[in-house]
Amino acid sequence: MAQVPVVHLSGVTKRYPGVVANRDVELKVMTGEVHAVVGENGAGKSTLMKIIYGMVRPDEGTIRIHGEETHFKSPKDAIDAGIGMVHQHFMLADNFTVLENVILGSEPRRGAQIDFRSASDRITELGEIYGLKLDPSEKVETLSVGERQRVEIIKVLYRGARILILDEPTAVLVPQEVDDLFDSIRDLTGRGETVIFISHKLEEVLSIADTITVMRAGETVGTTTPDQVDAGQLAEMMIGSELPSPQTRESTVQEEVLLEVSDLSLRSGSGRDVLSGISFTIRAGEIVGVAGIEGNGQAQLVDSLMGLERSATGLVEVRGKKISQLETRERRAEGICFIPEDRQKQGLLLTSPLWENAALGHQYEEPYAKGLWIDKRGARKQTEEIVRRYGVMTPGVDVPATALSGGNQQKLVVGREIMANPVVLIAAQPTRGIDIGAQAAVWEELKTARAAGMGILLISADLEELIGLSDTIHVLFEGKFVAELDPNDVNPETLGSYMTGAGQEAAS
Amino acid sequence: MKGGKLLTTVVAPLIALVISFAIASLVLLLVDIDPFFAYSEMWKFGTTTESLISMINRAIPLFVSALAVAVGFKMGLFNIGVEGAYLLAALVAAWVGALFSVTPVLHVSIILVVAMIVGAAWNGIAGWLKVKRGVHEVISTIMLNFIGFSLSAYLFLNFFQEDTGSLITATNLIPETGWIPSLNPVLGWFGVEPRAGSELHGFLVVAVFLGIFYYYLVSRSRFGYDLRASGVNASAAHASGINPKRMIMTTMLISGAIAGLVGMSTLLGFTHRYVQDFPSGFGFAGIAVALLGRNNPVGIAFGALLFGFMERSSLILDLKDVPREIVTIFQGVVVLAVVIVYEIVSRYAQRRAVAAAARATAEQENDREVVAI
Repeated sequence: MAQVPVVHLSGVTKRYPGVVANRDVELKVMTGEVHAVVGENGAGKSTLMKIIYGMVRPDEGTIRIHGEETHFKSPKDAIDAGIGMVHQHFMLADNFTVLENVILGSEPRRGAQIDFRSASDRITELGEIYGLKLDPSEKVETLSVGERQRVEIIKVLYRGARILILDEPTAVLVPQEVDDLFDSIRDLTGRGETVIFISHKLEEVLSIADTITVMRAGETVGTTTPDQVDAGQLAEMMIGSELPSPQTRESTVQEEVLLEVSDLSLRSGSGRDVLSGISFTIRAGEIVGVAGIEGNGQAQLVDSLMGLERSATGLVEVRGKKISQLETRERRAEGICFIPEDRQKQGLLLTSPLWENAALGHQYEEPYAKGLWIDKRGARKQTEEIVRRYGVMTPGVDVPATALSGGNQQKLVVGREIMANPVVLIAAQPTRGIDIGAQAAVWEELKTARAAGMGILLISADLEELIGLSDTIHVLFEGKFVAELDPNDVNPETLGSYMTGAGQEAAS
Repeated sequence: MKGGKLLTTVVAPLIALVISFAIASLVLLLVDIDPFFAYSEMWKFGTTTESLISMINRAIPLFVSALAVAVGFKMGLFNIGVEGAYLLAALVAAWVGALFSVTPVLHVSIILVVAMIVGAAWNGIAGWLKVKRGVHEVISTIMLNFIGFSLSAYLFLNFFQEDTGSLITATNLIPETGWIPSLNPVLGWFGVEPRAGSELHGFLVVAVFLGIFYYYLVSRSRFGYDLRASGVNASAAHASGINPKRMIMTTMLISGAIAGLVGMSTLLGFTHRYVQDFPSGFGFAGIAVALLGRNNPVGIAFGALLFGFMERSSLILDLKDVPREIVTIFQGVVVLAVVIVYEIVSRYAQRRAVAAAARATAEQENDREVVAI
């Protein structure tokens, strides 16, 4: 049937300083289908969705909605055209009710008052039609993650969206919630709505999508359907054969234990066990990987090891010296460094010059400091060295960090931590959101550091990266290490099933 | 990058000054006064030797007060409590200073140290409340100002006030060993002979050293790095090993110690005792001057001198039938203008930096491709 695509992008290109986020992208989405867009982290999926949703304007190319060429200036234009987006990170006001959250920004009025009654009826109605059961009067703070996501979807539908973009909707869900979500998605498309589904989880994509478009390095490499491919072929399309592989060569693991963690536990303020009984060791020349769906305790694990979170119990030793009672600065002095998961939040002083950023976390050590003073000359020289060795593209070391692209910021952070030559390096999502070239460079540096005898804890959502780089993989699920795996024996699919907790029963 | 620096440090304040003069002129025109007449009278009166000395004397406590505020600003702490801290410090220091007499330099040093300890302790309460109880420092320092005013009035009237044999209520006179001599002899070396009664406060020397100390502390020391990092990004600072609570406490203590010195030029150079109408308001004006000077010691010095000049030269306006309030309007406008213009200019400078970085990246990538071929 020669239908007009409901969303049609052709030749769309978007450049950022130093990175082409989207190059010559082609995307054809038909009415009433679930169209999955898959690709690795940093493949350009998010940028593409932001373009469709009007948050980002492309440098080149055309966007047609229902066959008509459009130029969205802001998400408001996109919403008016019937496009809605559910972000990966929810944008809800916790102390508002479901009803208040849904109508926030588009309140129905009756005279000067907000017409809560009709809004509430509409929400209940939408919930019944699409199987998104919710109590409009409940406060969002009491809802589970899955329910919050339903609020987001209802919010979008309430504004009249007929095309829904779901950005990595399953990343935060437990398997049962994923099933519920998929049921709702089927209800939506059954009623003629269109769903664009962003993911890098292949099994899910194969089970829910009608059509799949694969992205790699900012380009759309092909469009297919679930009955034409299997997970392996899809992974090949996503990763490509000429791309750098994180694969490490022979083992460099030595006898000496650098980091020993035993029975590390942490209870949250609300009494929930965020980490329970975490034990592992890292030897010299070893990369220990931690796999897990985000939000299963990764951030708390890193914070507890670094001493940013001080209420954790259990023992942490670096080269036999107990550090679990020490402050962050003292732990750093014992040779434990980290690449934070969120570089802009924890790793950079965006408005400060690069050399001050390079000193961050090392401001008590040479060459950044001399006695009680900051050694500006030494710090600048060291920064120039990082810039040179790690290929940070910048006009100089006095520009503010915010002037650099994400990939270059990340290279600076990685470079600064590795150049400090720590005993143990905690690398949390070291290649998140950076381009393929920078990713390969970071992998190379981690491998070199490993060969030089550094102990590395690698926490990553990129399963290929984990399997390729790690010597041992632990699976973190709901705050526990539920499995210890040999990376030679797993592939992303099996690792993925362990991460959902499914492997737990299989293992025990 | 030099261009960006020049833009923000020189061009921005100049634009702000022009805007402020324009607005003040408009206000004067509205009340039917020729602004150029007012300005020329102010200039004529304000540039006499005695006026210039008075300008510097007025600028000294403003400068010190602004430094106290700026230390907090550098890490994102808003210390509004300088006012209460310096009044309390001046009272206690005056009382302690009058109890004994030792060699001059030592006597003055002891008085200054007492003032710093009292100031630090007073602002330290706000730091402690923030660290232990999460009380925002704006709230606690405002409250502490009121408590400070009342406490100093209570101490003064019930314990520290002495019978001076006249109608003035004051503490005992500090012995002459505890005075800071005027700098008029130094002026004399340069052939400047002010009229009798016009004295350049010797505390100027202490203030200059304080400014240099501030620069080295904030811009050169490891502590200053921690301070600025905490101000730019608190969670990154924490992750880098800076203990945020200790940082808040230390900064409030330093800010308070400097605040304690605000009243010292008046006390040791002029009144030599705490009097009931001891000059107040420097703590609040210091906030404006710190904003005006962008927390930079040289900028603060200029800001303090500008305020000093305006206040001194405005004295002539009453005699010329020009409302003196125009100076207050000007001072308010100039602070607003500086804050706004600085923000606009620094955004512009930042955009230029981003563009330059993007260009450099593109060039480097091209070079790389050439090499690859």
